[in-house]
Amino acid sequence: MNFEFSEEQNLLREQARGFLNDNCSTKVVRNILDGDEPYDKDLWKKVAEMGWTATVIPEEYDGLGLSYLELSVIAEELGRALAPIPFSSSVYLATEALLATGTTEQKENWLPRLADGSVIGCLAVGEGNGEASASSLKSTVSDGLMSGTKIPVADGDIADFAVVLAKSDVGDGASAYLVDLNQEGVTRTTIKTIDPSRSHAQIDLKNASADLMGNEGEGMAMVEKVYNRAAVLFSWEQVGGSEMTLEMAKEYAMGRFAFGRPIATYQAIKHKLANMYVKNTLAKSNCYYGAWALSTDAPELPIAAATARVAAIQAYYFSAKENVQTHGGMGFTWEFDCQFPYRRSKLLSINIGSEAVWQEKLIKAIEDERAA
Amino acid sequence: MDFNDTNEEATFRQEVRSWLSENVPGEAELKGLDYIATAKLWQKRKFDAGWACIRWPKEHGGRGATAIEGVIFGQEESKFDTPDNIFGIGHGMCAPTMMSWATEDQCKQYLPRLASGEDIWCQLFSEPAGGSDLAALRTSAVKDGDDWIINGQKIWTSGAHFSDFGVIVLRTDPTAGKHQGLSYFFIDMKSPGIECKPIKQISGGSNFNEVYFTDVRISDSLRLGAVGQGWQVALTTLMNERASIGGGGGGVNFNSVFKLAQKVKIDDEPAIKDKSVRRKLADWYIQESGVKFTGYRSMTALSKGEIPGPENSIGKLVGAPKQQDMASFALDLLDSSGAIWDPELSEEAGMFQGAYMSSPGLRIAGGTDEIMANIIAERVLGLPQDIRVDKGIPFNEIPTANS
Repeated sequence: MNFEFSEEQNLLREQARGFLNDNCSTKVVRNILDGDEPYDKDLWKKVAEMGWTATVIPEEYDGLGLSYLELSVIAEELGRALAPIPFSSSVYLATEALLATGTTEQKENWLPRLADGSVIGCLAVGEGNGEASASSLKSTVSDGLMSGTKIPVADGDIADFAVVLAKSDVGDGASAYLVDLNQEGVTRTTIKTIDPSRSHAQIDLKNASADLMGNEGEGMAMVEKVYNRAAVLFSWEQVGGSEMTLEMAKEYAMGRFAFGRPIATYQAIKHKLANMYVKNTLAKSNCYYGAWALSTDAPELPIAAATARVAAIQAYYFSAKENVQTHGGMGFTWEFDCQFPYRRSKLLSINIGSEAVWQEKLIKAIEDERAA
Repeated sequence: MDFNDTNEEATFRQEVRSWLSENVPGEAELKGLDYIATAKLWQKRKFDAGWACIRWPKEHGGRGATAIEGVIFGQEESKFDTPDNIFGIGHGMCAPTMMSWATEDQCKQYLPRLASGEDIWCQLFSEPAGGSDLAALRTSAVKDGDDWIINGQKIWTSGAHFSDFGVIVLRTDPTAGKHQGLSYFFIDMKSPGIECKPIKQISGGSNFNEVYFTDVRISDSLRLGAVGQGWQVALTTLMNERASIGGGGGGVNFNSVFKLAQKVKIDDEPAIKDKSVRRKLADWYIQESGVKFTGYRSMTALSKGEIPGPENSIGKLVGAPKQQDMASFALDLLDSSGAIWDPELSEEAGMFQGAYMSSPGLRIAGGTDEIMANIIAERVLGLPQDIRVDKGIPFNEIPTANS
């Protein structure tokens, strides 16, 4: 049994944590939340310089060609630090979409620049309330020109290109296109969200030039594939965030006195924190499984990804809300940091399909496995 | 990252597997024997071949195996249909306590007989007035020459009625503080003055006993640790209570409820098509999977010769309520016929009903959910202990319901 990260990977974790402690304190997160900047450009630059954006990109595209275990380690630490940068959009989603279905030309054009962080990519699927599906898509493409409205698109206002899903008459009812966002016909509007430390946009497309990725009518399948991979990495961010949140709650409970003693001596608080630990541990161990499946391209990935995802959603939501509760009234103030995990946990849990969506995916994947 | 054994582990696993496949007794061999006799037969066979209590030193009847080898043997044995293990408390809790606190002569005298299944041991800790607050126990031992005279009552003692020996915590000084007035002994369960009465549980079964002590005389040489050091010795026993890794998985689990949901109908459709059923199943799946992979992480540490982290402490707190909720849900799926508890008439011979009725005990035995949460809070997260209003007060002055 070797169900553990390697020494090198643990060393990477230490380095990443040290770097983010120095460069991504909650002050940095707060600056983005309060200010007009959509993301921390300085942090993004440093992260790219360290090669984190290049982690799993093959060497032929100027990447590092490392495994998804290394990327999992980085994801956990970015989640713990609540990093206000477009890492998930550019690395877990756009890069994965290109690797999965990009043409050689598309890969050659974009992957080296994704690797060095000089461009940012994003994924544009949804067009409004509810789970996106082929039948809910209204965006269309004719003669290589796309029209429609995508909302909300994480990092859509700062990205250089987007992988966009549009309606198709063939196959699974959708096709994926690569759209350069710096062109006429693309209008981007930053929108307000529950987590302003991560930027989101509405993208209006009016006869914008769109470059087909993969085959026509395979858009839903592409999203499914990318989501299964991204889910593992999102889950690691969530677990990192949730463990940090438990530490925040613990530190406050130890120092806050009520009725003559630290509130950490009350079982109502102790059991709350113990339950956070239980949920975090379940989520983390499931994330190990997800990381293993992702890094080995295992056929179990759909089950492993959904298991990690559901557990991570539940853990982070629980610790984020109970952390506010542990802090009492101060936790509800703008001044305190409790708002960051509370915002981020919900954002991460709905970014690539909500809890209900992933619970359904999990049972479906188990049914498929048993039918096979 | 992988799930593979090292070469040595794989060789060991193969050796275990082949021995088991040739030696696990079949139905014919066990015919007519009661569960105690079958358990003893299997234990003796393992002992004779050097496969009993393999983690113990050889001189105590074990094999001197490593921790990971212990896990591997357990994994492989659990794949076979072996007789019920009635030695769990003796092997898992009493023996480690003896090894830490008994004399070398006592270990040589008692442990090999425990390893071979010749003797069965039980644990006499809980009392009517000392459950979660174990140190509040009142059964007294009064010194009489070189002996002690025991009076009082223990409760929740598994297997007391068929045990040969037991470990016991007794109050030797009621004027000292709650924890300071205790001493720890092991006793012969056949001693005059000991009476066992089975407790009938809400599940109908009787796994536990009340054990009454009336002027029971035992020798001071059976004391483990110093007089007044009983609490410390008891902690050795308790630390071993929840040290097992992985395991479980039997009875009502994701698999059995998933299959049931495929079988029964809601709105004329298989229940498994119902979204709310699917969401609940997903939640239980992630819990089962999380506990399993947490065990894998601990096994990895053992495999590397390291001490596992605290993460395995979640197992009981997750597993016991899950068992209850899943059993309850299975009865719901069966709708009105979920009420039927009859081996002939019930689905799966009444397994779901049995689990529904026995699962409340799982959440209490070996540390209640609340105590387990306290343990995680205090020992894993490092939160302070609860305020103890009985601290520093002589035991016989601590308020009780009767005072």
